[in-house]
Amino acid sequence: MIAMIVRRFFQLIFLLFGITFLVFSSMYLAPGDPASMIGGPTATESDLEAIRDDLGLNDPFLTQYGRYIANLAQGDLGFSYQTRQPVAEAIAIRFPNTLKLAVASMIIAIIIGIFAGLISALKHNSWLDVTSTTFALGGISIPNFWLGSILILIFSVNLQWLPVAGLSDPWWTAEGIKQLILPAITLGTGSAAMIARMVRSSMLEVVRADYVRTARAKGVKERSVIWIHTLKNAMIPVITVIGLNFGALLGGTIITEKVFAINGVGRLMIDAIAARDFPMVQGSVLLIATLFVLVNLIVDIVYTYIDPRIKYQ
Amino acid sequence: MAETVALTSIKKEKKKEKTFIVITKRLLKNKLAVAGLIIIALQIAMAIFAPFITFHDPVKQNLNLSELPMFSENHWLGTDNYGRDVWSRIVYGARISLIVGIVAVTLGLIGGVILGMLGGYYKKLDGLIMRIVDLLFSFPGILLAMLIIAILGTSLINVAIAISIWSIPTCARIVRGSVLSIKEKEYIMAMKSLGASDLRIMFKHILPNAFAPIIVFATMRMATAILSTASLSYLGLGAQPPTPEWGAMISQGQAFMWTSPHLTIIPGIAIMLTVFAFNVVGDGLRDAIDPNMDIQ
Repeated sequence: MIAMIVRRFFQLIFLLFGITFLVFSSMYLAPGDPASMIGGPTATESDLEAIRDDLGLNDPFLTQYGRYIANLAQGDLGFSYQTRQPVAEAIAIRFPNTLKLAVASMIIAIIIGIFAGLISALKHNSWLDVTSTTFALGGISIPNFWLGSILILIFSVNLQWLPVAGLSDPWWTAEGIKQLILPAITLGTGSAAMIARMVRSSMLEVVRADYVRTARAKGVKERSVIWIHTLKNAMIPVITVIGLNFGALLGGTIITEKVFAINGVGRLMIDAIAARDFPMVQGSVLLIATLFVLVNLIVDIVYTYIDPRIKYQ
Repeated sequence: MAETVALTSIKKEKKKEKTFIVITKRLLKNKLAVAGLIIIALQIAMAIFAPFITFHDPVKQNLNLSELPMFSENHWLGTDNYGRDVWSRIVYGARISLIVGIVAVTLGLIGGVILGMLGGYYKKLDGLIMRIVDLLFSFPGILLAMLIIAILGTSLINVAIAISIWSIPTCARIVRGSVLSIKEKEYIMAMKSLGASDLRIMFKHILPNAFAPIIVFATMRMATAILSTASLSYLGLGAQPPTPEWGAMISQGQAFMWTSPHLTIIPGIAIMLTVFAFNVVGDGLRDAIDPNMDIQ
């Protein structure tokens, strides 16, 4: 187990280098001259040349990449072409909102997903199963930016129960929770649907296993059969789906932040792409990709821990 | 000898035909999949016959008729803030969604099949290719697409390219898995001993046998591609005004949600139905192709 974690950790380091290389080279290849973006329309050619020298943009690619990595190791992600603000600082201000949104969505997705999947499996082929399966299929088909708009229309505009936008209040306050509900449902619905599908199929598979039949034959109470013998084993693949979905949710925050005008990393990135503010794009992409890879690593480790049948060679 | 070869090929053809009929029968027994097929067929028809089933130019503005409600005279789905007919925009939007989806999935399949084949067939290349695939997997899909758009610029073509690149790693893994199991089969060994070239073995003998998971993947990926195209256009990174793209229509309609909610609701329903259709057909195909299932 420890050997596996160490090995995966080394793989992670290589992967992180790969990610930085890919992100850096993408921005390097992107058309547009950073110097003219910084200098503005009034800059002369000699001004631009001075900016290029200052930023080291005339250096060879590998020198620039090496400098980028060295700076990165010190937490320096460069500065925004648009606002001249350090990228790390801009991201640090907005990251709590993104994380808050992703975690709240995940909690909602897990609760709804497991509940719907369980009902579906336990009441197999009943109207509850059909309803739950339809919800799951609808959930993965619904565009979350559209769902967000509809929820705003119903709960904010018509009923006026919840705020239309923003995520400025602390999450532990009543107002903060109110602000989180709609974005979290919007972002969590797709994941809830995927979790529900996985719980259903996994439960249906485990319920037919020999050891479940043996438990029933021994006279174990139905409640124990479901909660101890079935659910515990059925949850193993579900944990993978939950982990992978958390990574996807981090990506999904980009769209939800735009719908609810949340000041998060995703929105920062969209604005940066539109303005071709490459250091900002680089920093945001790097952060989300790194978190995604880390979450996947944790899922792998948890998976091996809870299912000892898995052996990593 | 020639007769034997001819007989074998006829038998093979018949077997293929039988498999196709069995899969089709299984698929048609799945009510949801049938519903999905009908929706897809309708959408294709809408896309092809768009000029014949619409009566207004989807991009032509008429400010005298702006924000007409649904079931208005001559505009049964109403008009948007520029007075453009919503029905026409939805119909032409179907065309855009399908074309971008098909282009993205086809490009993704080409890249994925080539990488997967090479990785599965040549052990020496496998390590390198799989590391590239792992690297691409380390980005959430939409993020990878946005990174690519950041380089290429915002347009529908670039969205298709971005989605295709995002599809490559999944497709490559699926194909590689199939190639790894198929290349150990006796008939492949036989082909090798007969001196068949690697290219011939890969594309004539291995690829057709790996088709089933590829088709399921392609169907499901159409759903993802259509949804992602809409998402990226909603973010302003795909279709640009006045292109009648569903995601962009929602984005534009959002500002008028209080006065004309249909501008947001209708394109959303169109996206949801289409994505739903491809998802259920993909699910149905997967179940129909699964050899462990009993044929009732």
